[in-house]
Amino acid sequence: MTSDLFRFAAPQAFFPLAGKLIPWFWVLAGVLTLAGLYVAFFVAPTDHQQGEAYRIIFIHVPAAWMSMFLYVVMAGWAGLGLALNTRLSGMMASAIAPTGAMFTFVALWSGALWGRPTWGAYWVWDARLTSELVLLFLYLGFIALKSAIPDPVRADRAGAILALVGVVNVPIIYFSVQWWNTLHQGASVSLTRAPSMASTMLLGMLLMALAAWMYSIATALCRVRTIILERERDAEWVRMTKDQMRAAA
Amino acid sequence: MPAPSSCGADAVAQTFPLIVRRELRLALRRKGDVLNVLVFFVVVASLFPLGVGPEPNQLRAMAAGVVWIAALLAAVLSLPRLFAADYADGTLEQMLVSPQPLVVIVLAKAAAHWLLTGLPLALAAPLIGLQYDLPAVALGVLLASLLIGTPVLSLLGAAGAALTLGVRGGGALLGLLVLPLFVPVLVFGAGAVTSTLIGINPSAHLSLLGAFLAVSSLIGPWAACAALRVALD
Repeated sequence: MTSDLFRFAAPQAFFPLAGKLIPWFWVLAGVLTLAGLYVAFFVAPTDHQQGEAYRIIFIHVPAAWMSMFLYVVMAGWAGLGLALNTRLSGMMASAIAPTGAMFTFVALWSGALWGRPTWGAYWVWDARLTSELVLLFLYLGFIALKSAIPDPVRADRAGAILALVGVVNVPIIYFSVQWWNTLHQGASVSLTRAPSMASTMLLGMLLMALAAWMYSIATALCRVRTIILERERDAEWVRMTKDQMRAAA
Repeated sequence: MPAPSSCGADAVAQTFPLIVRRELRLALRRKGDVLNVLVFFVVVASLFPLGVGPEPNQLRAMAAGVVWIAALLAAVLSLPRLFAADYADGTLEQMLVSPQPLVVIVLAKAAAHWLLTGLPLALAAPLIGLQYDLPAVALGVLLASLLIGTPVLSLLGAAGAALTLGVRGGGALLGLLVLPLFVPVLVFGAGAVTSTLIGINPSAHLSLLGAFLAVSSLIGPWAACAALRVALD
């Protein structure tokens, strides 16, 4: 059983598997998004403090969760690649990074749009906003380092070291920023939510978070397939796959 | 990643001061490089009042942040040279294949980097603090925070310098990689001084800074060694 699974560590074996899995993840992402948006817009009640503006949390919170989760997953793949020297791990880390950066940006952007009507400012130097911004910088650094090194194997290893250093630092950065915030800023802005969240709100948020998760897997698999083809373009199996696809078309 | 061949404590005790002395001697033969970083630090710190105006209360409030940010920038500016010369003339390769543990060599190079950049910056900082009208107590805390915090810049910076070794556009990339990692140093370093100004004991900030120094002395050299092996693979 395990040896069967490890077989897919080879890009050659993983490529068709990813191709078969991708449509399922897209379907799951689509269905969950539709269900989540339905709950978000038609079922969840209007918030008695924030009015309709609060509904952005159905995008904002899942995006923020995914942005942090994907960094850990990316670092996990990177560490695996560094430890076991598997080619696919580095490719997975490269494939996850842009989606993670995208979710980080979405979390910041939707937070700004929510902050304007609620706090009266697009941006405040709140602890969570600031650490999310630093997370975006960490993603950008990872992507920049990988793209600056032409040799893919070297790029994977260097990126992996950076991701591991980053993942150790993320909690430290988070707590340092929180500490900084309490020192520098009075209680002008309170992030505490309404005391109890309606269960339908929570349901919508969870559905959207699952949708974001499935979307991340689908895009990462699409991207990793492209990376595999790009790196293995001279391999025999890529040529054969191409011929098969041409014959099928 | 093969572990370096085991060495006794004697070899470590010999290698470390040897490398530090070598780095210092090399730097003294090119004094300009060391002085430029210090001058850069002073220039950056002197530009802020020109940009934001000479209002003393405002300057006093931002002094610690300005000094610390100038120190971070100066560190980033000086870091590419940490391995570049040894990389160019092949010395680094010899260090990698030598029986001495690479981590000791990296630690020694980071220590020398700190002696040549972090320490002079820390000693010059109270002077800048005076220009910003900081009270004497805060000047002492500023010096202490820089003395504890700047080694972190050399340690984590060594990892960044090793990662960007021989990479095109290395300087700007190095800044992008290491500056976000320096956030805790900036927060606790500047925070120590700011808390002194509002009458809070800075020891909590300085302790946290020390804790971060301990953590980065574990992570930094490890990451730098791994990155050097990748760069010279």
